[in-house]
Amino acid sequence: MAELPKPKELVDSIDYTPPAKPWMETRPEFKPGTYGYGVKAKNLKIMGFPNQRDFFPSEEDWKLPENWKEIFLEGMEDRLNRFRSFRLFMDICVRCGACADKCHYFIGGGDPKNMPVLRAELLRSIYKKYFTWPGKILGKLAGARELTYDVFKEIWYYMYQCSECRRCSVFCPYGIDTCEITMMGRELMNLLGCNLNWIGEPVANCYRTGNHLGIEPQGIVSIFEFLCDELADITGVKVDIKAHLNRKGADILFIVPSGSYFADPGTYTMEGEFLFLDYLEKKYGLKWTMSTYASEGGNFGLFTSNEAMKRLNAKMYAEAKRLGVKWILGGECGHMWRVIHQYMATMNGPADFLEVPRNPITGTVFEHAKETKMVHICEFTADLIRHGKLPLDPSRNDHWVVTYHDSCNPSRGMGLLEEPRYIIKNVCNNFYEMPENTIREKTFCCGSGAGLGSEENIITRMRGGLPRANAVKYVHEKYGVNVLCCICAIDRASFPPLLSYWVPGVDCCGIHELVGNALVLPEEERGIRQRKMDLRGNPLKGFEDEMEEE
Amino acid sequence: MSFNLAFYSAFFAVLGLVGIVLLGLGAHLYVIFGVVVPYVAVLLFFVGMIYRVVRWGRCPVPFRIPTVCGQQQSLPWIKRTLGDKIESPFTTRWVIVRMLLEVLCFRSLFRNLSVSLDKEGPKLSYFSNKWLWLWAITFHYSFLVVLLRHLRFFTQPVPGFVHFLDSIDSFFEIGLPQIQISGIILLIAVTFLLIRRITNPQVRYISLPSDYFPLFLIIGIAFSGILMRYWYKVDVVAVKELALSLVHLNPQVPKGIGWIFYVHLFLVCVLFAYFPFSKLVHMAGIFLSPTRNLPNNSRYVRHINPWNPVVKVHTYEEYEEEFREKMKEAGLPLEKE
Repeated sequence: MAELPKPKELVDSIDYTPPAKPWMETRPEFKPGTYGYGVKAKNLKIMGFPNQRDFFPSEEDWKLPENWKEIFLEGMEDRLNRFRSFRLFMDICVRCGACADKCHYFIGGGDPKNMPVLRAELLRSIYKKYFTWPGKILGKLAGARELTYDVFKEIWYYMYQCSECRRCSVFCPYGIDTCEITMMGRELMNLLGCNLNWIGEPVANCYRTGNHLGIEPQGIVSIFEFLCDELADITGVKVDIKAHLNRKGADILFIVPSGSYFADPGTYTMEGEFLFLDYLEKKYGLKWTMSTYASEGGNFGLFTSNEAMKRLNAKMYAEAKRLGVKWILGGECGHMWRVIHQYMATMNGPADFLEVPRNPITGTVFEHAKETKMVHICEFTADLIRHGKLPLDPSRNDHWVVTYHDSCNPSRGMGLLEEPRYIIKNVCNNFYEMPENTIREKTFCCGSGAGLGSEENIITRMRGGLPRANAVKYVHEKYGVNVLCCICAIDRASFPPLLSYWVPGVDCCGIHELVGNALVLPEEERGIRQRKMDLRGNPLKGFEDEMEEE
Repeated sequence: MSFNLAFYSAFFAVLGLVGIVLLGLGAHLYVIFGVVVPYVAVLLFFVGMIYRVVRWGRCPVPFRIPTVCGQQQSLPWIKRTLGDKIESPFTTRWVIVRMLLEVLCFRSLFRNLSVSLDKEGPKLSYFSNKWLWLWAITFHYSFLVVLLRHLRFFTQPVPGFVHFLDSIDSFFEIGLPQIQISGIILLIAVTFLLIRRITNPQVRYISLPSDYFPLFLIIGIAFSGILMRYWYKVDVVAVKELALSLVHLNPQVPKGIGWIFYVHLFLVCVLFAYFPFSKLVHMAGIFLSPTRNLPNNSRYVRHINPWNPVVKVHTYEEYEEEFREKMKEAGLPLEKE
C-alpha cells in the first residue's frame, strides 16, 4: 500500500507549470497510490470478457494478445462508426484550453495529461495517425503518433484517472465530453482485458449475485435484519423487512445502491429509507418491495462498456416485471441515475408492462418519468413533503450544520438540483451552500468516481478530491458546517477518508438519513415515545446529558 | 511536440505560401493564382465540408447524453428559471434556443472560470475569466463582417445589406480610404488569440502546428488585406472584374492588379481548402454535438439506439437456481420450490 503524504506535502507538490519535455515524449510513472489494481481472471471469466488472465499494471508485461494493436485499432474504428460523439469529439477540438483547469485531478495534481484536452489528445493522436490522412502523411506535425506498447499503457493510466464527471463538458464551447472519450478508451481497454479490479469485480459480482459486493440473498436478509434491529433500538419501530423482500404484487420496487446497506455512513441512509417506507406503508398503505436479485442500483458496467452496462441494468426491469409492481423507485446513488436517466429506456426499454409512476399518497403523476417508469427517491419525498404528508421535526437535525454536495451524475447527467435542496430545507434548520462555482452544474467530483475509489489509488483520490474538500473547508470555517450531505453511494464511501484528510471534523450523510431523523412517527406524534437519538445512535440536541447517564 | 517545432513550422509554412505566390507571379502564372487556385479551393471547401458533415451524420447517436446545466423538468411546482429551461431543455424548442446561444453567443465559453491555488491554507478560488470569450467572439464576428463585406466584389448590383455593413464599418469616417474597423479588429483579435496561445503555459503546452497555422494564415490574410486597402493600392475595378468573371464561370484575368492582391487571394484560398480537413470544422461540428443538441427528457421520451445490442443477461431463474437452498433457508419466496 502506498504511503500517503501529509496534506501539506501534497499541496506543496502541486505544480501547474507544464514540464519542459513535450507531452508526446513523457511517460507516466506507475507510482503506488496513483492507480488501481488490475482485474482478476476470475472476474473476466464470469462475464465472458476477452483476455482472461490476472492483470498487473505494475508489471512490465501486461500479457496482451499478440495482435493487441489490431484489436485496439479495429475496436476504435468500430466505435468511431457507432458513436457520433466519439468521431465528432475527435475531429472538432480546437485546443482552446477552456477545459484545462476544470478537471479536479488537474487542479489537485497539476499533471498536464489530466487536463481534459490532453487526456483526449492521447487518443486523438492515435485517431489522427490511423484514421485521418493529414495524420498519415504529416505524422507528428499533425499531432499524430504511433500506437506503441508504451503509448497504450499511457492511455490506460489516464483513462483510469478520469472519473467521468463531465465538469469539463460544461465549459467546452463545443460540448466535448471527456466522459465520452474516457468511456470509449475504457471500452478499448476492456477489449484487451485491462480493466481495474475495483470495476471488474463489482461487475462480475453484480452479474451473478445481483449486487456489486457479491452479497448472496441470505446475506442480504441478515444485513437488512441487522439494520432493522438497530433502527428498532433507536426508534422503537420494527420493520418486518423479510416480508418486503422479493414480494410480489407490491406497488413499487425500491432499488438502492449496495453501498447503502454495506457500510456506514451509507447504512444510516438505508435505515432512514426503511423507516420512511415503513411509515408510508403503515400510515398510507403504500406497498413496497425490495429485491435480492435486483439488489444493486449502481452499475459499474457504465465504467466498463455500454454492453456491460446493459447486461447489469437489465435486472431492474426484469425483476419489476416478475414481481408485478407498478413502477420503480430508485435510491440515492450518483452514477446509477446517469444510467437510469440517460440510458435505461434506450437500452432495456420499453417498459410497457409498468404504469406511469403515480404517487398513490398524493396523486401526483410523475409525468417526466412516463417512459422509464422510474422515479428518484428525492423526487418522491419532495412530493410528499410538498403535500404535507410527512410530519417533520427539523430540530432533530440541529446537531448538524449541513452543506449539500451535488453529485456529478444527478446534476450534470440529470438536473436533479432543487428536489434535494427542498428536502434538506424541510428536514434541518442549518443549511449552507458551498461557493457557487463549486455546486450545481459546476460541482466537483469526490475524486473517487467511475471506479477509482480503491484503497490503493489513494493519492490520486486525495488529489482529485481536493477541490471538493476545499469548498467544504470554506463553509466549515465560515459557518461551522459539520456534515456534507449527498445523494451518492460512492460519495458516502469516499468522503469519510477524503474529509478526514483535508477537513477533519466534517462528516458525511445521505439525505434520507436526515429525513429519517426528522420524520415524526405516529407514536411520537401522540407523545407515547420520544426520539432521543439520531439514526447513528448519537444523542439529539438537548438529550446529551440524558444519554450520558444511561 | 516542442513549442519551437509547432510554432515555427506553422509560421514558415505560411511564409512559404507567400513565397509560392511571389514566385508564381514572377513566372506570370496569373491564371493559376487568379482562376485555378480559387476554383479548386472553393470546390475543396464545399466537397470537404459536405463530406465531413455527411460522415458525422452517418454515425448514429446511440444515447441521449446532453450535458445538463440546469434544473430538470420534474414536479410542476419546482421552479425552473429561464436559464434552466435553456440549459436543461425539455423540448426541442428549448434545445434550439440553447444551440442558438451556443452558436451565436458562445454560451459555454462565457462560463469560463480560472482557478488559483493559495498553498497556505490551502485555498482554491475560482473567478470568472471572460477574456477568451471576448476575443473569440470578437474574432468570429469581425471575420464574419469582413467576409460579408467582400460580397461587394462578387455581386452586381451590390446588395443593400453590404452597403449597410460598409457604412457601419466606416462609422468613424477617418482617413481615405475610410478606415473599416472590422478588419483592424479582426487583426487585433486574432493576434490576441495567438499571444494567448504562446503565453498561457497550459495552452502553449498542448498546441500543435495545426493550432498556429490557421492563426498565422488569418493574420496573413488580414494583414495583406489591410496593406492592400491602405498602402499598396490595387486596381479595385479590375479586382471586381476578376471576381465577377469567376462567379459567372467565365474567368478573365485583367492585367495590372497589384501583387499584394494575389498574396491575399492565395492565402484566402488556402484557408478555404484547409478548412474541412482541420480543426476549423468545429464551425459545422458544433451543430451536431450530442451533449448540446439533445433535450434532457430521456425518462419522458425513449431514445432509440439503432444498433441496440442483444446481450447475455443473468436471468432470475438462473439466479434462483444457484441460490435456491440458501434462499429457502433464509425464508425468501421462491418461484420453484
